[in-house]
Amino acid sequence: MAEYKGVLICGEVTEGRLESFSLELLGIGRKLADDLGQELGAVLLGSGIGDAAKEAILFGADKVYVVDDPLLKDYQTDSYTAVMEKVCKQLLPDILLLGQGAIGRDLAPRLAFRLGTGVTMDCIELAIDPETKLMVQTKPVYGGNALAVLVCEQTKPQIATIRVKAMAPLERDDSRTGEIISIPAELDPAAMRTKVLDKVKEEVVGIKLEDARVVVCGGRGIGGPEGFSQLEEVAKLLGGAVGATRPPCDSGWVAAHLQVGLTGKIVTPDVYVGIGLSGSSQHIAGISGAKNIIAINKDPEANIFRVAHYGAVGDYKKVLPTFIQKCTELLSG
Amino acid sequence: MNIIVCVKQVLDPELPPSAFKIDPEAKKAIAPRDRAPVISPFDENAVEAALRIKDAHGGTITTLCLGRDLDMAVVKKPLSMGADELVLLQDDAFEGSDSFATAYALATAIKKIGEFDLIFCGRQSADWDAGQVGSGIAELLGIPSVTPAQKIEIKDGKVVVERVVADGYEIVEVSPPALITVSNELGEPRYPTMKGIMVAKKKTATVWTAQDLGLDRSMIGASAAKSKMLKLFIPVREARCEFVAGETAEEFGANLALKLREAKLL
Ligand SMILES: Cc1cc2nc3c(=O)[nH]c(=O)nc-3n(C[C@H](O)[C@H](O)[C@H](O)COP(=O)(O)OP(=O)(O)OC[C@H]3O[C@@H](n4cnc5c(N)ncnc54)[C@H](O)[C@@H]3O)c2cc1C
Repeated sequence: MAEYKGVLICGEVTEGRLESFSLELLGIGRKLADDLGQELGAVLLGSGIGDAAKEAILFGADKVYVVDDPLLKDYQTDSYTAVMEKVCKQLLPDILLLGQGAIGRDLAPRLAFRLGTGVTMDCIELAIDPETKLMVQTKPVYGGNALAVLVCEQTKPQIATIRVKAMAPLERDDSRTGEIISIPAELDPAAMRTKVLDKVKEEVVGIKLEDARVVVCGGRGIGGPEGFSQLEEVAKLLGGAVGATRPPCDSGWVAAHLQVGLTGKIVTPDVYVGIGLSGSSQHIAGISGAKNIIAINKDPEANIFRVAHYGAVGDYKKVLPTFIQKCTELLSG
Repeated sequence: MNIIVCVKQVLDPELPPSAFKIDPEAKKAIAPRDRAPVISPFDENAVEAALRIKDAHGGTITTLCLGRDLDMAVVKKPLSMGADELVLLQDDAFEGSDSFATAYALATAIKKIGEFDLIFCGRQSADWDAGQVGSGIAELLGIPSVTPAQKIEIKDGKVVVERVVADGYEIVEVSPPALITVSNELGEPRYPTMKGIMVAKKKTATVWTAQDLGLDRSMIGASAAKSKMLKLFIPVREARCEFVAGETAEEFGANLALKLREAKLL
């Protein structure tokens, strides 16, 4: 068997900049590479990658492989899988890490099937086993109710995708040096069977949910779109953003992109307030990085109270007005 | 359009977390006695997506389900919603199959079914939350895939898919045959009608074993798994919720604000 060596991360570049998420990949990738005593490589696919390659070095990469081609402007399964297959066969990485985002969650399984190797999706912890030198992968299953620990023993590369915000990036170090290597894409446009006709961006008013220091989430118990305007008021008061569990999104009370959880946004605010939501494991999956969890629910047995730091048991319609009033008082006083 | 929808039977993911139990030795979740399994919710969205296309353009919908201990009332639900056929892959040899083995069995069954224009799957199953099988089937069949979709329309013989991304969606065009995975943004699946339930009751499922499919035994079951599970456990959460004091909900509200100030969160 050919020798597989080193750790490779697949970074994402938007408008010439590395996604913050890719920095998290570089952080964990660096750690795994150091534990193995091997190199950390980063592969960047896109069109107009520019300074992102240098940035990847400052954030931990030893080598950056740039595949810059107009055909890679939009993510498409066929083109990205073909390029990554080629890159993996050329570089033979022992470990390949991708992000559990719009690209990684589509690319990683397709690539793993093509290479005939295993992949673990949405990992929250990765480590090197000191004896076997294999990558030990921890992944939430059953919506987050349980954690599974896995290793891929027989095949290479060992592929994993990583949950957003589960890993810490390194500090940028301007003294770091590395090598930038260009790899031609050599794509056959005829082999690209999909076409991106348009991209539609949801409009974000106020602070972005993912960046907010305060997140106020509402659930099914809010009862309708009117209730959410009260949550808006709380969010505004506390300088935060409004999010939701899945039912309010599915019912159209709020926009779909406000969904927080396993299949929605992952948030890591200082303060999270959950109102009229039960605290399902799938929702908690999106807030486990919150520093302080506050819950308002009329059911004292609701699961959210098992993860909350502060709780108020009662009908939110009665709790919120006095809460808002007191907060206003305290903030102005 | 002829559409094949892959559906999986799972433990009800809406089970309260406090009732969720595992067998750490067997590294498996324990099915609660008082709660029936369900079709994995995203797979129901996939069935709904297929029904919408059938409503607009006609065609047949075949649902394909691999699993053990299948509850007929559960796996027949897509039929009662309006799907036409049901194919079950049932064999002890599938026990312990991972995403690769599952995709291999499903792709082989799809070849045996023969003609299709589209294959739909849920974006991920509610138990392993991996989201690999759909892409795997597409890879094995050598067809394009788009994942995950919130809307699927047929325009001039082409499939126009709204693919969900973090801050919106992309509009992607693909020609059949193609595989598409479906997300909940598509909208709620329809309820079975009384008539639908009666029709489903009378329908018999086609059942295929590993042998019927001519599967390579070394590629299915636990021994074929690409990854080995070392451990399955329920994480402990340090639950220490401080409930605010008070007599009425109004008092709770004011006291919660005071508490946050005290904790320097306000
Ligand atoms: C594979 C999969 C992925 C999923 N991904 C996500 C995800 O990313 N995000 C997500 O959120 N969900 C997700 N879900 C859905 C999840 O399982 C739950 O169904 C959902 O989170 C429940 O939302 P909820 O807590 O708002 O509703 P419920 O569980 O119905 O809870 C409503 C709560 O409101 C309380 N309440 C009612 N009225 C009031 C009132 N007047 N005042 C105060 N409290 C009140 C009730 O006591 C109850 O606790 C996923 C499910 C699956 C299967």
